[in-house]
Amino acid sequence: MESRAPRSPLYPALTFGCLMGIWVVFSGFLDPFHLSLGLISCGIVTWLSSGLLFDDRCIPLRRRATQTLRFASYLLWLTWQIVLSNIAVLKLAFAPRSTLQPQIVRYRTPLKTDFEKFLLANSITLTPGTVTIKILDDLFYIHAIDDSSAAGLNGEMDRRIAHIFATSDS
Amino acid sequence: MILTILSVILIVAGLVFFFGAAVGLMRFPDFYSRMHAAGKGDTLSTLLVISGFALYQIRGIHDLSHDWPVLLVVLKLLAIVVFIYLTSPTSTSALADAGWEDGIDPVIEPGRENHLEDDCRRKKTPTAQNPEPL
Repeated sequence: MESRAPRSPLYPALTFGCLMGIWVVFSGFLDPFHLSLGLISCGIVTWLSSGLLFDDRCIPLRRRATQTLRFASYLLWLTWQIVLSNIAVLKLAFAPRSTLQPQIVRYRTPLKTDFEKFLLANSITLTPGTVTIKILDDLFYIHAIDDSSAAGLNGEMDRRIAHIFATSDS
Repeated sequence: MILTILSVILIVAGLVFFFGAAVGLMRFPDFYSRMHAAGKGDTLSTLLVISGFALYQIRGIHDLSHDWPVLLVVLKLLAIVVFIYLTSPTSTSALADAGWEDGIDPVIEPGRENHLEDDCRRKKTPTAQNPEPL
């Protein structure tokens, strides 16, 4: 285990900033009355909720920033996969029925934390021909609609997700 | 003008994918493969249609110092996309899991695997055909 850094005092400020940004976007009123309402409610929520938005406050903010950037690039890659996925579903929807080879495959993931598994399960469901049915510890049970999409579960997604949360800066 | 045409193209492309999802929903053989159409067909199409809406809104901006509230509308539209992308795959997985727990048997191609059946026998739920023993 790595040594625990002290809790960063910037986390409440960051939480407050996120909440206030969402308030301004959703409210749309910039007069003093509505802004002060937002300041008060965001302040109360920040004060009451220690674990909201950021669970582990001992992680240095620099690593959070790196993770956010890597997560954004992962989302770009995932969006491209979603485009491919939808084209594949569109083709299958209009293809003769015999092109389907439905099957349920078992897949073991090296990912450890709940959030990584959640991200992997959602990504698998979003990408071509695969739907996560069940997660039992590190075993994923995945319904694949044909052979090529079952063969697509080759661990590339795991590597990309593990890279987002990697502690080294390589 | 260019922005209007672009937004119409995006919306129509989104509708094509929605149509494909609806056709897949009707034509696929069983519950689980229909989840593929229902759960994924509406992600890209929502993204396309809402990007079209956002571009159509941006088209109305002539003077940013006066028209800035339009940007808030665009941000709200993007928030819809974010929520759909978080909830759609989650609900697809939850529905597929609930279907399995409820005893819906998948159509499996002959010669392919069904590892879920091997590893995770369901407890038989009482149904009309399979009533609970008294």
